[in-house]
Amino acid sequence: MSAKKKLKTSAMIASIAGEDQPTTAAPFGHALVEAAGKNDKIVGMTADLGKYTDLHIFAQAYPERYYQMGMAEQLLMMAGAGMAREGFIPFVTTYSVFASRRAYDFICLAIAEENLNVKIVSALPGLTTGYGPSHQATEDVAIFRGMPNLTILDPCDAVDIEQSVQAMVDFNGPVYLRLLRGKVPRVLDRFEGYRFEIGKAKQLIDGKDALIISSGLMTMRAIEASDELKEKGKSVAVLHCATIKPLDSQTILDEVRRHPDRPVFVAENHSVVGGLGESVASLLMKEGVAVKFYQIGLPDEFLDAGALPTLHDRYGISTKEVVKTIEQNAF
Amino acid sequence: MSQTATASKADTLKALRQRAYNIRRHALRMGEVQGQGYVGQALGIADVLAVSYFHALKIDPRNPEWEERDRFLLSIGHYAIALYAALIEAGVISEDEIEDYGSDDSILPMSGMAAYTPGMEITGGSLGHGLGIGVGMALGLKRKQSTSRIFNLLSDGELNEGSTWEAVASASHFKLDNLIAIVDVNDQQADDKSSLVLNYEPIADKWTAFGWETYRVDGNDLDAVLEAFDSALASSSGKPRVIICDTLMGRGVPFLEERDKTHFIRVDENEWSVALQKLDDVYGIQSGEK
Repeated sequence: MSAKKKLKTSAMIASIAGEDQPTTAAPFGHALVEAAGKNDKIVGMTADLGKYTDLHIFAQAYPERYYQMGMAEQLLMMAGAGMAREGFIPFVTTYSVFASRRAYDFICLAIAEENLNVKIVSALPGLTTGYGPSHQATEDVAIFRGMPNLTILDPCDAVDIEQSVQAMVDFNGPVYLRLLRGKVPRVLDRFEGYRFEIGKAKQLIDGKDALIISSGLMTMRAIEASDELKEKGKSVAVLHCATIKPLDSQTILDEVRRHPDRPVFVAENHSVVGGLGESVASLLMKEGVAVKFYQIGLPDEFLDAGALPTLHDRYGISTKEVVKTIEQNAF
Repeated sequence: MSQTATASKADTLKALRQRAYNIRRHALRMGEVQGQGYVGQALGIADVLAVSYFHALKIDPRNPEWEERDRFLLSIGHYAIALYAALIEAGVISEDEIEDYGSDDSILPMSGMAAYTPGMEITGGSLGHGLGIGVGMALGLKRKQSTSRIFNLLSDGELNEGSTWEAVASASHFKLDNLIAIVDVNDQQADDKSSLVLNYEPIADKWTAFGWETYRVDGNDLDAVLEAFDSALASSSGKPRVIICDTLMGRGVPFLEERDKTHFIRVDENEWSVALQKLDDVYGIQSGEK
């Protein structure tokens, strides 16, 4: 009798990379170093999470442009606002839970209300740690979507993250980015000509049987699901929506209308409340577009602690579960 | 002190006294426009604003965004009426704007916001923001090797906010000697006396313990305020400085000084002109002399 291998609660930062998947280490940190080499206005600031948000790479390269603000997220946002007021482009990092839950008022009034050029880069978005609700930012997008002026980005992989850094530098205004850190999978470079652009949804795969609109790491799952279903003779389109706000309404509407009989699945590493799914649903409703519509996302619950693969299965965001949801509803 | 220096100081105080009177007068006139407003706070802080704007701060009234200016951050947004009065007196804002104070589309909204008003550096009002923004700006100024300084006016009530203390600790950690906090201690906040809502005394000891160079003065004693500012600005301790100013809400209008204090001092419609007259009496100013 062979004992089943016990999956352990992952370390704080669990890699979401599958076995044998190509990865890039700390894509944000390295991309920021590259951008900072071209723009001396860039500074890095953190609230005692430099190492855990890949900002330590920047700190090593530019120690004099790195500000350790202590474990004080409210201060981090205020000081980021102050830096931006003096003409700098601060990249401020913490965890998504702390940015959204603890520092909201400071992001809202000190940064967003004055449209200041602060880039908030936060790790552990959605369900990317097994540590339980204290660290799982399952509702960060719901919290931030109502904040005027704030652009919300949910990159898929290392390619997206690398390109998003320069895009954020070129973009004038406050941005919240849901960061994947550590060894981050590279999946988008298989799509020739793919470019990350703020405000643009990108079709990665075309297909006539179903459409997945996805953001963040769920785009990686959507691609894997589409690949798997292709082997079963089904063609499933994937529209990657790395900017959650402002939503690329035109591209989404065009894509949905192109095959109105296709069921639409919105997949996100976030609660089904208040995220990309409800954004798309409200868009379609307002525009009078009636389609079969399904959400693939985290339940409106405080989630369990445990190993990430277990939790991704349990809450329906693993590739296996995505495939199952599509098969059950689309065909 | 030499005779010349003494005479010069007397002249300075005389000029500041006139400025403080004018600031109080502008504030009362704005209050009259709306029939309400935080005039109690404005009257209380007028002496400190006079010293700030007409002695300490380096500004160019014609160019409020002059890069080399000192930055004055008002985190207590409800004190906007006081700062508007100082900015009018400094010539940053036209006196004509008083007539529109708090009205639709006025550049002088009831709570201070950066986008509305020249010279209003930040959007205040959500208390506990100003000093932290000041920390970031002070760090930014040092990065730019600028000699400009950050002044942040906060209130005793604002000391209740934990975020203020994150900023207090940080300013000391970063040795921000270009940051000067001014705390208005009028012992009054929304629900009650500050000392009853959440007692923060001994306030000065707390700032000192956090590594700040600390001054505490009667904020309605111009001479004392002037000396505290001069000492704080001349200091080479390398520490951030705080000037804690004990003030009396309604100062300069005796019947308002004595009125039961709340966050808002109640002023009846017919009392505004009386208040202006009483202010003149206190300053020994004859009608038509202004």
